[in-house]
Amino acid sequence: MTRIVGHGWLTLLYKEVLRFWKVSLQTVAAPILSALLYLLIFSHVLEGRVSVFDGRVTYTAFLVPGLVMMAVLQNAFANSSSSLIQSKISGNLIFVLLTPLSAINLFAAYVLGAMVRGLVVGLGVFAVTLWFNPSLLAMPHPLWALAFAFVGSAILGTLGLIAGIWSDKFDQLSAFQNFLIMPLTFLSGVFYSIHSLPPFWQALSHWNPFFYMIDGFRYGFFGVSDVSPWTSFATVMVFCVVVSAVALTMLQRGWKLRL
Amino acid sequence: MLAVDMTDIARRFGSVRALDGVDLAVEEGEFFGLLGPNGAGKTTLISVLAGLIRADRGTARILGHDVTDDFRFARRNLGVVPQELVFDPFFTVRETLEMQSGYFGLRGNGAWIDEILHHLDLTAKANANMRSLSGGMKRRVLVGQALVHKPPVIVLDEPTAGVDVELRQSLWGFIRKLNRDGHTIILTTHYLEEAEALCGRIAMLKAGRVVALDTTHNLLAQFAGLTVRLAAPKVPAAWQPRILRQDAGLFHIRLDSYAEMETLLRALREEDIAIAELSLAETDLEQVFLRIMKNPESASSGAPT
Repeated sequence: MTRIVGHGWLTLLYKEVLRFWKVSLQTVAAPILSALLYLLIFSHVLEGRVSVFDGRVTYTAFLVPGLVMMAVLQNAFANSSSSLIQSKISGNLIFVLLTPLSAINLFAAYVLGAMVRGLVVGLGVFAVTLWFNPSLLAMPHPLWALAFAFVGSAILGTLGLIAGIWSDKFDQLSAFQNFLIMPLTFLSGVFYSIHSLPPFWQALSHWNPFFYMIDGFRYGFFGVSDVSPWTSFATVMVFCVVVSAVALTMLQRGWKLRL
Repeated sequence: MLAVDMTDIARRFGSVRALDGVDLAVEEGEFFGLLGPNGAGKTTLISVLAGLIRADRGTARILGHDVTDDFRFARRNLGVVPQELVFDPFFTVRETLEMQSGYFGLRGNGAWIDEILHHLDLTAKANANMRSLSGGMKRRVLVGQALVHKPPVIVLDEPTAGVDVELRQSLWGFIRKLNRDGHTIILTTHYLEEAEALCGRIAMLKAGRVVALDTTHNLLAQFAGLTVRLAAPKVPAAWQPRILRQDAGLFHIRLDSYAEMETLLRALREEDIAIAELSLAETDLEQVFLRIMKNPESASSGAPT
């Protein structure tokens, strides 16, 4: 038996991944199916009726990156938040709290675990939707798309961590999810370009950090976006730093974890 | 070096003083018992040691490592068996132990995990999901999880609560073996018989304070004597202050020596009190415990170190 530096938090990361993988029908297959249903219904109803980016992109093609990113964000949030709340309520979080893992170790393991789930589901949604739109594979800026997927999943993984620590009960967690995460995601331009919105709502959308994640991600696919990818990336990075600082402070102080 | 060194530990929860200035020093290799009624602060004290609860004041060290400032080394040296029967339903017994070992940064720990499984009689269940185990087996896995990183100090918070007699005996045997192998053991328990059989030294807690602290032998000797259990309609007036307890018409009366038995019998005869039943027993820890809990001052000779 040997003690290896870094093996502790990597084990927690492995546990976080194994946890969702063991129930992958629910955690991976189900969200892919949901995204596919969104695609089928919205593209059926709106294809040919909605013009995006001045008609340069079909509505179905426009919708795909939105759905992929929505899957990435929602599943990253779901992983860290559900893992923490389940461990808190069942009491088995004690197994982690008794170990020498530091606040940064816990942060890294939970957030990376969430990112893995978000990215796996996102990749799954993308793979399935390619069947409808094989042309999407020829994206002009894949690195931009990857960068936004990584940072977006990190942000939502971190928000999931914060929500999991803050919530004492499942209904508090679902309030966080339904009244904050869901509206911010749906109003971020997953299903529409914000240029199609009235000026007031357009201006309001610019205050929604989720808008920049999805807009920047879409830039990777089409080389066109509502705002510059650099602006989006800077905004998203600032948001990432802020939520990470909040989560790390909570962990460092042991807020709601160490009484 | 002291295995556990706690100085002036205090913690409040709202208006409740869960711990009110506890000093405790446990030597390496000791088998130490922590006794007290529900709500006395036993679990809070252990939680402070484990870093699960922060003390409002005071310091706690494990083998010289402060539990907050030097938490990494403190926690590496400590194994805790929690009181609640908690488990992660996603994993098997072996996965649970491997994961716990990994959290401590340990790799290639399979041989020791096999040994733990063997000693806790869990080898046949190694690949069973935690959910499918009986309560007693889950309890054994908790013991196993506390041992994966071979901690020199092991804290067991009521490890035999709700456990059948056979398993209790085998757990006792295993814990004794760990102590013989050099581990320091701190045990909290409701079973006084368990503390009396296992612990070399005992601290009794009441309302967040240590009210007695001495070797098990001295605690028993301090209250040495005999107890008469007498079933009779009443007890002679002169003997009333000696009544320890009275339940269902049975008086528990304290005697200082066997010679006093004669005096008691004479008093009963003189007052013409009929004896329905009578038995004699030596003082056990339960009586010591009850007397200390009734009157903390009576244990002042066993003052905290």
